[in-house]
Amino acid sequence: MQKVFERPKGLTDTEFAYCAGCMHSVVHRMIAETMDELDIIHNTIGVCPVGCSVFMYEYMACDIIEAAHGRAPAVATGVKRVLPDRVVFSYQGDGDLASIGTAEIVHAAARGENITVIFINNTTYGMTGGQMAPTTLIGQKSTTCPSGRDPATAGYPIKVCELLATLDGPSYLERVAPTSPAGLVKTKKAIKRAFEQQIQGKGFSLVEVLSNCPQQWKMKPIDSLKWIDEHMTAVFPPGVFLDR
Amino acid sequence: MSTMTRKLIKGNVAICHGALAARCDAFFGYPITPQNEVPEYMSWMMPDAGAVFVQAESEVAAINMVYGAACAGKRAMTSSSSPGISLKQEGISYIASCELPCVIVNVQRGGPGLGNTLPGQADYFQTVKGGGHGDYKLITLAPWSVQETYEFVPLAFDLADKYRNPVMILTDAIVGQMIETVDLHGNFEIHEYPKPWATNGARGRAHNIINSLWIAPDVMEGLNLRMQAKYAAAEQHDVRYQEYMTDDAELLLVAYGSPARICRTVVDMARDEGMKVGLLRPITLFPYPSKPIAEYAASGRRFMVVEMSHGQMVEDVRLAVNGAADVTFHGRRGGAVPTPTEILNQVRAMFGKPPVVSHYGSSGETRKGMPA
Amino acid sequence: MAAIKIDRERCKGCELCVHFCPKGCITMEDSFNSKGYRPSCFVKRDECSGCAVCAGICPDVAIEVWR
Repeated sequence: MQKVFERPKGLTDTEFAYCAGCMHSVVHRMIAETMDELDIIHNTIGVCPVGCSVFMYEYMACDIIEAAHGRAPAVATGVKRVLPDRVVFSYQGDGDLASIGTAEIVHAAARGENITVIFINNTTYGMTGGQMAPTTLIGQKSTTCPSGRDPATAGYPIKVCELLATLDGPSYLERVAPTSPAGLVKTKKAIKRAFEQQIQGKGFSLVEVLSNCPQQWKMKPIDSLKWIDEHMTAVFPPGVFLDR
Repeated sequence: MSTMTRKLIKGNVAICHGALAARCDAFFGYPITPQNEVPEYMSWMMPDAGAVFVQAESEVAAINMVYGAACAGKRAMTSSSSPGISLKQEGISYIASCELPCVIVNVQRGGPGLGNTLPGQADYFQTVKGGGHGDYKLITLAPWSVQETYEFVPLAFDLADKYRNPVMILTDAIVGQMIETVDLHGNFEIHEYPKPWATNGARGRAHNIINSLWIAPDVMEGLNLRMQAKYAAAEQHDVRYQEYMTDDAELLLVAYGSPARICRTVVDMARDEGMKVGLLRPITLFPYPSKPIAEYAASGRRFMVVEMSHGQMVEDVRLAVNGAADVTFHGRRGGAVPTPTEILNQVRAMFGKPPVVSHYGSSGETRKGMPA
Repeated sequence: MAAIKIDRERCKGCELCVHFCPKGCITMEDSFNSKGYRPSCFVKRDECSGCAVCAGICPDVAIEVWR
């Protein structure tokens, strides 16, 4: 028998502090596998956000910079412009990327910055206790919309892939849902593709991963993945939005 | 000054030449008056020199791009004016906490709020007392001429690298917009500082993390104490100031930037009338020249602080004097610029002389006012 | 012939591997690990095909797979 699955070198040995069933670390592992497979750990600089994944620097084996809330695309731009031969990625949640960081992500995409953005969309500000986020669904309850999101006062969820697809700058935009074995395969493929886009110099790429928050959604992990399939994919359909 | 290196340029343009002389790797900026010449000239001077220029989407984005480039171990700078510097405060706090070098230029304007594009000095508190959150300091240089503006950029980068701290060049709309002869001599000793901490790809070393999040309070306190030790070292070794006719001065004017030039004229006018007045011009606003001020206070001098604000640096003079001498203040606010005559009238009052009215009012000032 | 190994100390008892295993090879233990979680355990050893879906969904990278 051969070992066919083990902890990738792109991850440190540190145990993940995420909640039981949180998909953050599944995506971390896929990024780490990608770095292993493309042999770029020593060449990569990651930029982590403010949010539950603020501690990503504990888990990745590459150089990491902690960015201020929402600013990761600007920080990544600063790194990539002065070190264009390195691989630079940002990893951001929906509060970070689509709320306070809207200007930064739109402009990094519009400039066609040759970086890779991994966007974890779980409709929630998890770290701070489960507040409404720019991607919270209509009718979805949160601590700042306890009766459910009402569009009359709180507007509508933002569809990041669709938004960025209107720009000429990006080269690859895909939304994935790692909620099934097939979804896991698609997610890994998209992440690897997004890194390859950068290495080939094709410009800005973003993978939006529909993810969960069992803790703040007050669901069992398996139910939270079902919730993504039953509710989130209708509003945020998985698929390729741009591929140049 | 060789004719080859002599140029007639604006202060703002001198910043760009200084950046090139300092071998700045990247400039990230955004338009705001009265510093627009900085990103404009940088937009072609930097690429021509093989360096990076980005017009960012906001001042917030610009300071975060500086943060990224500094993390990558490169010399990075940004410039803005008062309202835009307010936007950068979060980023500056992060840069200081991560102990990163960088240079920030503030061409101060009238405020607060949107204000106006006239000169001001009301960002002194924001700059030296920490406009961003937390216990950090900005090493701050205040030029008063286009020549100093040029030379302070390489100096700022050197201090930034030496102390692993952001450095602010605090200038104002007058110094930024005025056109003077400058010698772009380029004779600067550029020290190479090794940056083993930089996040530039973990080739042949353990991976680096640049971060300002430290959950354990004793760790966070340890970082704070290390930073404060750097500031104490700066106070020991890198205070800069200039004196003009201070030896026998009974009254010392204390001013920085363009008001210091006005005060130099006031010193000359006062001396012509027999009043013993001198000028002490701080060049570093942090670390502050508290020691010479305290020494002058102890030897019986009086002080008059002149600022284009309601009085911010005057508090540091009072702290240095510590009750040992009189400190008075003359200020103009919101973009107004003091005239030599109005300052001189306050000086006359301190020497028991009557004020005079300038024959020409507040503009078209003559060198000597007409007696009332 | 295939097998998995679950690191019971890393496991947080999220039960995703239990649901994702196509053959139902994994179940939850009755006892606790040192962190107070009830970890999963590999029970139906003969049924395992080494598909590694359990390892792929495990958020804690607590599973290794041999085939």
